[in-house]
Amino acid sequence: MVDVPLGSAGVVAAPDVEDVELYHPHSWVTKYVFSQDAKVIAIQYSFVALSVGLIALVLSWLMRLQLGFPGVFSFIDANAYYQFITMHGMMMVVYVLTALFLGGFGNYLIPLMVGARDMVFPYVNMLSFWVYFLAVLILVASFFIPGGPTGAGWTLYPPQAITTGTPGGQDWGIILMLMSLMVFIIGFTMGGLNYVVTVLQARARGMTLMRMPLTVWGIFTASFMALLAFPALFVGAVMMLFDRVLGTSFFMPAMVEMGQPLDRNGGSPLLFQHLFWFFGHPEVYIVALPAFGIVSDLISTHARRNIFGYRMMVWALLAIGALSFIVWAHHMYVSGMNPYFGFFFATTTLIIAVPTAIKVYNWILTLWRGDIHLNVPMLFALAFIVTFVNGGLTGLFLGNVVVDVPLSDTMFVVAHFHMVMGVAPILVIFGAIYHWYPKVTGRMLNDALGKLHFWVTFLGAYAIFFPMHYLGLMGIPRRYHDIADMAFVPPSAHTLNAFITIVALIVGAAQLAFVFNLFWSLRHGRNSGGNPWRATTLEWQTPETPPPHGNWGNDLPVVYRWAYDYSVPGADQDFLPQNQPGPSRAAPGAGHG
Amino acid sequence: MGSILFFLSILAIIATWWLSRQGLASKPWLEQGEAAALPNLSVRSAAPATIGLRVFLAVVGSFFALFISAYSMRMQLPDWRTLPLPPILWLNTIMLVLSSIALHGAMVAVRRGERNELKISLIAAGVAALAFLSGQLVAWQQLAGEGYRLTANPANDFFYVLTGAHGLHLLGGLVALARTTEKAWRVPATEHLRLPVELCATYWHFLLLLWLVLLSIWTGWAGEIIDICRQLLT
Repeated sequence: MVDVPLGSAGVVAAPDVEDVELYHPHSWVTKYVFSQDAKVIAIQYSFVALSVGLIALVLSWLMRLQLGFPGVFSFIDANAYYQFITMHGMMMVVYVLTALFLGGFGNYLIPLMVGARDMVFPYVNMLSFWVYFLAVLILVASFFIPGGPTGAGWTLYPPQAITTGTPGGQDWGIILMLMSLMVFIIGFTMGGLNYVVTVLQARARGMTLMRMPLTVWGIFTASFMALLAFPALFVGAVMMLFDRVLGTSFFMPAMVEMGQPLDRNGGSPLLFQHLFWFFGHPEVYIVALPAFGIVSDLISTHARRNIFGYRMMVWALLAIGALSFIVWAHHMYVSGMNPYFGFFFATTTLIIAVPTAIKVYNWILTLWRGDIHLNVPMLFALAFIVTFVNGGLTGLFLGNVVVDVPLSDTMFVVAHFHMVMGVAPILVIFGAIYHWYPKVTGRMLNDALGKLHFWVTFLGAYAIFFPMHYLGLMGIPRRYHDIADMAFVPPSAHTLNAFITIVALIVGAAQLAFVFNLFWSLRHGRNSGGNPWRATTLEWQTPETPPPHGNWGNDLPVVYRWAYDYSVPGADQDFLPQNQPGPSRAAPGAGHG
Repeated sequence: MGSILFFLSILAIIATWWLSRQGLASKPWLEQGEAAALPNLSVRSAAPATIGLRVFLAVVGSFFALFISAYSMRMQLPDWRTLPLPPILWLNTIMLVLSSIALHGAMVAVRRGERNELKISLIAAGVAALAFLSGQLVAWQQLAGEGYRLTANPANDFFYVLTGAHGLHLLGGLVALARTTEKAWRVPATEHLRLPVELCATYWHFLLLLWLVLLSIWTGWAGEIIDICRQLLT
């Protein structure tokens, strides 16, 4: 027991973390619109991201209608279909998941959880949101221009992304998409610097790195990765924009378009794939690591048990973060690259399963003999574990070259990545919103509506994506507008597609219950008090709820313990907040896994 | 993708070194008390802006390392025709070095509290940086005049894009430098100038280093150095 004697800590004198001078807004506009308060920025980020999510959800409905009932909806022609899948994918991955986890939860939780008054660069933080908003506007604008948005697929592979025949290829669609991405990356870099430096520099007294909640660890690691990975997309976007607008040949090979040879030559489409996936694979973990962190905290809080293997959880996060930079080419097994590369990348891909599996075991062992409260956040957290394991297992299939090659570009891949980085992180986002909504608003979300939302979403997501694995094994390709006339597709596949579509419509509609709940509970929700979940982390210990500008009143909190002192033997309550000095524990080491 | 992986491994080494000092092997569940057994953690050695700039430089480094990766992959394809470097680039390089030296001088001056020297150095650094940028524009004109236009060959494309990106970064730095210079006249206490001057100097040294790396790639020296290293290893 390395118990630092309380005597030496004693009465805490003036904190040696200097209190910062806060910027104080003077008008309604600077308080709520161009706000520099991380909490307001977080709500702005979340609101915009969730709105984009609703657009992307409607797009998925449209493409499902075409797949389930081909030919019935005449306005969904091949071009429109490709535009829907492209925008759905790009919106969900970049503008919803990344923005929500880092811009939304990052902004709200980092300062509160590490005990800071605000982010370290509030002005840059404000700019970050508005630049993100500009990126969203540019992206959405592409729906309203001649030719419509790009239909190149969310991976935007050249040469097809910028040639005739692809929707938006020779119109403004692809240009707006690339510009929007570049603007997004600039905005994210501003935010990302804030998240990283706030964690490094603005932690409260006593908050060592190893006392930080895993949520902060997850967001911190993911932000750092995003800062290093997004430039790859930026470089790719710049080069493709040059190819498209100025006629350079970075990616454009010599090719014949509509019977006419183009005046490009020598470019390498493979080069773009390398750049894209150098961003694209870390991106998976940029979304997953915050989810890992948040889910650890949800499970620990709602099972009233300290997280099992905290150190291992931190190390695993770091290991996953590092490894995710050397697995990118497993997205390119069929691109024609050197086969030895495939061997290398298959190996690294399978190695990354080890730290990931450690995390899953630790979550389960945290639950083991815990006092599990099956409330809505916990239900979502548990559903995440199941779903993530499911999606992860098919990842092991696809990580192997020989299995991947036949499954490549089939619905199996669609099922895999939706399970692992679509459904799983979204479940965490829902769980996190149910968990932290009381802190943001001071009111609880409606429980009955929450449970309805959970069960329809959870079971519905399985009804949608589980059958897709079978479609994929059957050889049904992804990204095909119409498979009705293909000889090898049995009638059962069409029935299954129709079933999936109907479920997708229901699950999508169920999200309206969630949106309604968000607004209804704002007025009519039960009063939550400051710490409804009896949680240990600092954000629940603010003097006021919702926390005002500056978060902590007069004195910054001082941290005396780690974030997971639940059910400590000998303690009065079943949880000890991080900023509570005593009591000392009765039995050394007891109750710790 | 060699250069980006090389760059990231350097970052990984720095990160590992830093993490190794953060008590990652401690057992937080056994520790209680406000300070924990890690005394060095309560000392904030650098200002947030300094750390922020360092992280930003990692981002910029990653951006250029990726561009260089793309460059080295693209140059292996048969249509690549290396373009001749306009001699004015050497003059530009000298300007950028002078600019960097001037900012270093400014840093020394601000530490000693010598305001006049500080003002002169900041102005000199700004002028030299502007000279560098105009020299780059002249280089573009000369190349275009000799027929090495954009779209003619990927080597040209990369030259224009990389010099352009480097120039834009310097332009952004000039905005910060202008604000700092303005402060040098306005702010009464020199210790308040210390941080912005140091940040400018760091950024300038980084951009100079970056420029030298780019130059070594265009002259082919980078390739030779890599070859020598390879021979030493094998």
